[in-house]
Amino acid sequence: MSSNIYDFSTLTGSIHTWLSGMMSSGWVIFTEMVLVGLIFLLMYALLGLFLVYLERKVCAIMQNRVGPNRVGKWGLLQTIADLIKLLLKELIPIRKSDALLFNLAPFIVIICSFLAMAALPYAKGLQAIDFNIGVFYIMAVSSLSVVGILLAGWASNSKYSLIGAMRSGAQIVSYELSVGLSLLAIVVFSGTMQLSGIIESQANGWWIFKGHIPAFISFVIFLIASTAEINRGPFDLAEAESELTAGFHTEYSGIKFAFFFLAEYMNMFIVAALGATIFLGGWMPFHVGNWEGFNQIMDYIPSVVWFFTKTFFIILIIMWFKWTFPRLRIDQLLTLEWKYLLPISLFNIVLIAFIVLMGWHF
Amino acid sequence: MFYMFSGIILICSLLTITTRRILRAAVYLLCVLLATAGLYFMLKYQFMAAVQLTLYAGGIVVLIIFSILLTSHITHRFKHPDLVKLIMGVSTALVGGGLVIATILSHPFQTGTTSELPVNMTEIGNQLLSTGKNGYVLPFELISILLLAAMIAAIVIAKKDKNKNSEI
Repeated sequence: MSSNIYDFSTLTGSIHTWLSGMMSSGWVIFTEMVLVGLIFLLMYALLGLFLVYLERKVCAIMQNRVGPNRVGKWGLLQTIADLIKLLLKELIPIRKSDALLFNLAPFIVIICSFLAMAALPYAKGLQAIDFNIGVFYIMAVSSLSVVGILLAGWASNSKYSLIGAMRSGAQIVSYELSVGLSLLAIVVFSGTMQLSGIIESQANGWWIFKGHIPAFISFVIFLIASTAEINRGPFDLAEAESELTAGFHTEYSGIKFAFFFLAEYMNMFIVAALGATIFLGGWMPFHVGNWEGFNQIMDYIPSVVWFFTKTFFIILIIMWFKWTFPRLRIDQLLTLEWKYLLPISLFNIVLIAFIVLMGWHF
Repeated sequence: MFYMFSGIILICSLLTITTRRILRAAVYLLCVLLATAGLYFMLKYQFMAAVQLTLYAGGIVVLIIFSILLTSHITHRFKHPDLVKLIMGVSTALVGGGLVIATILSHPFQTGTTSELPVNMTEIGNQLLSTGKNGYVLPFELISILLLAAMIAAIVIAKKDKNKNSEI
């Protein structure tokens, strides 16, 4: 049915054969790894910078301001200027801090987001690694970034950082459950954990439409819980400016601070991309059942465009959350998770298992 | 790659027990667990690797770090152990390690002839809950009951006595 979507694996395959013609197989793998790494690095930096710009513009629109508008056309180069400023800033070593862990923490956070990015499918056939447990892998890797945050808070030997790290740790550990359960809902529907398999199963409609109300409930739970997991407002207790100056990265300066900042935005991108892949069909165009003609027209839009449109749609929702809701208190935060979201998602899973068992979904 | 991972495991394990700062010990332990997950990835057993990452690295180490954050201070250093204890510990480790190495070296290992089995999620799930041959439903349920008991116990311990702390 979806035969005329451009398959990127033909492009990557031709690059592979071209490289194989020039060197031995070991060097081919090495070169491909270096190439993929460079592409990811470039994408990471560009997306991160663009997301910071987008956040400032969205915030400005919500608050009826103009936002960055001086550097470049519509202020597009503002974040690049900021980056250069951050690169030139002095790295302040903290006396009486644990220097090794202090320097290690930003790298742990950033490596975790890189690991998660590797398994995301960006377009048809454009995926660095396609694990048969893709969803589980991304969950596992993203749960590691909390270690970096905890270390950062502890190693800076400052009260604000420590409190920020503790809050963030409690928050991430508890909201991880809801994120996992809401993703599991769609895994139950599609019967596979492989990300490409989940996308293929949405060829006749996205799960958010096919899965009746339970899929929609788990989508909402996923949005709330993942916003909390990436420490963004209204759940940004870990860096509540008015109480903790900047939370766990209070003592960081220059490029190390930029690492945390960038990792936070990239985590937002990863969460949004995962949500788009699982619930909104990833790169799969908008298909309705067996309306062949309609589906054919939709296939003319490239799969990359579909993927990034959906991802940025979810990113905009997450940003909308941040600039409209006031920050929660820590006890309200934990009550929300343990008393409301977790029971709802547990019940939801049972409901979905029942629906799948009876074969009521499309 | 194998030598790199095993090197990381060996060095970090040694550092875990020799460092005098408790949080660094936890971080070295994390490195050991991550390198073990790397070994599983090399074996193409991704499910096990992801379980290793979630449970050990993401769960247990985070809990360890959490408790360290709550209880200890950054300037805290462990004292060097007594000489007697040191000698006893090292000798026990050497004897144990020697026994293990001697057993491994004396065992005639053969290259496996069975073909590679695909690790399928569905199969793991079915096997875990099957009551038939090689089924794991009994251990699975026993562990569930154990976890439930542990959770209830934790809640009972953490629960505040209403009569004593009536002001809260």
